[in-house]
Amino acid sequence: MLKIKNLHASIDGKKILKGINLEVNAGEVHAIMGPNGSGKSTLASVIAGKEDFEVTQGSVEMNGEDLDDTSPEERAHKGIFLSFQYPIEIPGVSVTNFMKTAINESRKAKGMEDMPANVMLKLIREKAELLDIDRKFLSRSLNQGFSGGEKKRNEIFQMAMLEPKLAILDETDSGLDIDALRIVANGVNKLRSDDKATIVITHYQRLLEYIVPDFVHVIHDGKIVKSGGKELALELEDKGYDWLKQEAAI
Amino acid sequence: MAFENDVDVEHSIHDVRMAAMKNFETKGFPSKKEEGWKYTSLNSLQKVDFSIFPKEENALEYKDVKKYFLHEIDTYKIVFIDGIYSSYLSETTHDGVDICLMSSALTKPMYKQVIDVYFNKIASKDDSLTSLNTAFSREGAYIYIPKNKMPKKPIEIVHFATGNEASLMLQPRNLIVVEENAELQVIERHQSLTANEVLTNSVTEIFAAKSAIVDYYKIQNDNATANLIDNTYIDQKDRSLVKIHSFCFGGKLTRNNLNFYQNGEHIDSTMKGVTILGDKQHVDHHTLVHHKQPNCESHQDYKGIYGENSTGVFNGKIIVDKIAQKTDAFQQNNNILISDRATINSKPQLEIFADDVKCSHGCTIGQLDEDALFYLQTRGIPEKEARALLMYAFANNVLASVRIPELKTRINKLIAKKLGVNLGFDI
Repeated sequence: MLKIKNLHASIDGKKILKGINLEVNAGEVHAIMGPNGSGKSTLASVIAGKEDFEVTQGSVEMNGEDLDDTSPEERAHKGIFLSFQYPIEIPGVSVTNFMKTAINESRKAKGMEDMPANVMLKLIREKAELLDIDRKFLSRSLNQGFSGGEKKRNEIFQMAMLEPKLAILDETDSGLDIDALRIVANGVNKLRSDDKATIVITHYQRLLEYIVPDFVHVIHDGKIVKSGGKELALELEDKGYDWLKQEAAI
Repeated sequence: MAFENDVDVEHSIHDVRMAAMKNFETKGFPSKKEEGWKYTSLNSLQKVDFSIFPKEENALEYKDVKKYFLHEIDTYKIVFIDGIYSSYLSETTHDGVDICLMSSALTKPMYKQVIDVYFNKIASKDDSLTSLNTAFSREGAYIYIPKNKMPKKPIEIVHFATGNEASLMLQPRNLIVVEENAELQVIERHQSLTANEVLTNSVTEIFAAKSAIVDYYKIQNDNATANLIDNTYIDQKDRSLVKIHSFCFGGKLTRNNLNFYQNGEHIDSTMKGVTILGDKQHVDHHTLVHHKQPNCESHQDYKGIYGENSTGVFNGKIIVDKIAQKTDAFQQNNNILISDRATINSKPQLEIFADDVKCSHGCTIGQLDEDALFYLQTRGIPEKEARALLMYAFANNVLASVRIPELKTRINKLIAKKLGVNLGFDI
């Protein structure tokens, strides 16, 4: 589904990604771990199409199609979803209206009619229940005054509504207490299927107890320095990142 | 004065007019040399040969101008065509409240007492354009709401310019008196129906007695050859609440002079504005709040979106007298420039003579938040719509306080249209 080849990216002339290779197939869950500043979030932003980053080498392909020069919204229409580490507050636009706009713009891009209002409302209700979201929450301004946990839950709610092929969860566990973490992980797990893939970006192993990955990759200094199965996450939890940094330095 | 021959004017009004005329003759039109007119030039307007009174009476069919009314709901209407009252398009009342005409209020004995107490009492005697209006005005809305009363429905004051004159100058004059514990909702609109140039120099005096509530909405969406100078003076007494919303989406040149005088305690004065301009449009929002007594509040929140070659001015003056302790004055002016050629001049002017007050002001001029734009795009919303949605959201909190739902829907649609998008929903 997603093929990243020798990806180099920089921002304001500063090199952040220095040759990432990654292949994610349908049905798989990949975890990307690594210390702060290693390039995890940059990788997520580059896949989602953020223009601040310049891809200097290599490529990102989605279902065989090179995404170079593809806008963030076109990537979304192709099924890529990014759950933000720091979701943006947008006062004046309610969660419901935001979702209506997002869904209908995606449908428009695919040549489909607007979703009928009753179908939309039913869908919103179902997905809100899945994530234990109160109805009152849906009429509030997007992310404005939301707690950290509410913001993250709202991200996964949007994901549930948009049903992406590839979901990238950037530090979805940060700022969550254990109950919120369970709800969010449960939501993600319910949305897993054989034709979808997930990339979980996290600093800690904690989230991976709930969203169990098929593969774990460790990024350090803009490169994947180690890949393995889910046991690699446990090893990292045990030993920290220092041994990998030393290993990479050799 | 010559035109007074066709209306029977009281001697006292005649004197007021003569004094005003004298002031205007001395001062003339304000020039850019004056601090308050630094960014707004009336030079080009002075070259136009405006006719002050139309040669003939003009009529309009309701179906042709229906869209300019808030026709979704029932309203009282005070309608003028080229400055002359149209009884055909109006719906006035004397049922417990007076919602009628300035010309009859100025001439009929039954209104004399109110006119003597209120007419030209809060309007500036010094401001040349206000004087010009005082000298020449003979028509406008007269609204008197007695103690504890509230009209059954909102009042629309609409001025149409038919374009039958090559260029027309209008001098509407409104007097609104809201007595103790009474309440009022007004929607005011100036609409030119052709490309012929119009200059409207309007003066409105509003008196809000103890605990009165006034909700006033100015819809300024006139066409590209219409100019409006709006001079509004508000006198507030104890515990009164006056809110003025200015929605400025059209016109060639618009100057809003809002002047609040707080003559009592526990008063709340609120000014909100949404400005969305393009082309070569120009708007100048000049506000004044004079806190003259303790324990009062004022709130100002103006949002502006300026595109193409449009220019904007916000000048917010707050005066807090020495006696006006515990004043809480808030002023905010946020602007987004969506073109390299658009300009905004934003200037807070605080003159505070009391020591125990809370005064805050903030002004921002910027572009749209790129991170927010990216966030919306990752959800599949195309860049153009995402930009519009953000601008919409930016202006939206000003709409939250619009208390007539149908008006709010209308304004929402106007904003969406102005931003060139169909968002598919009303916020």
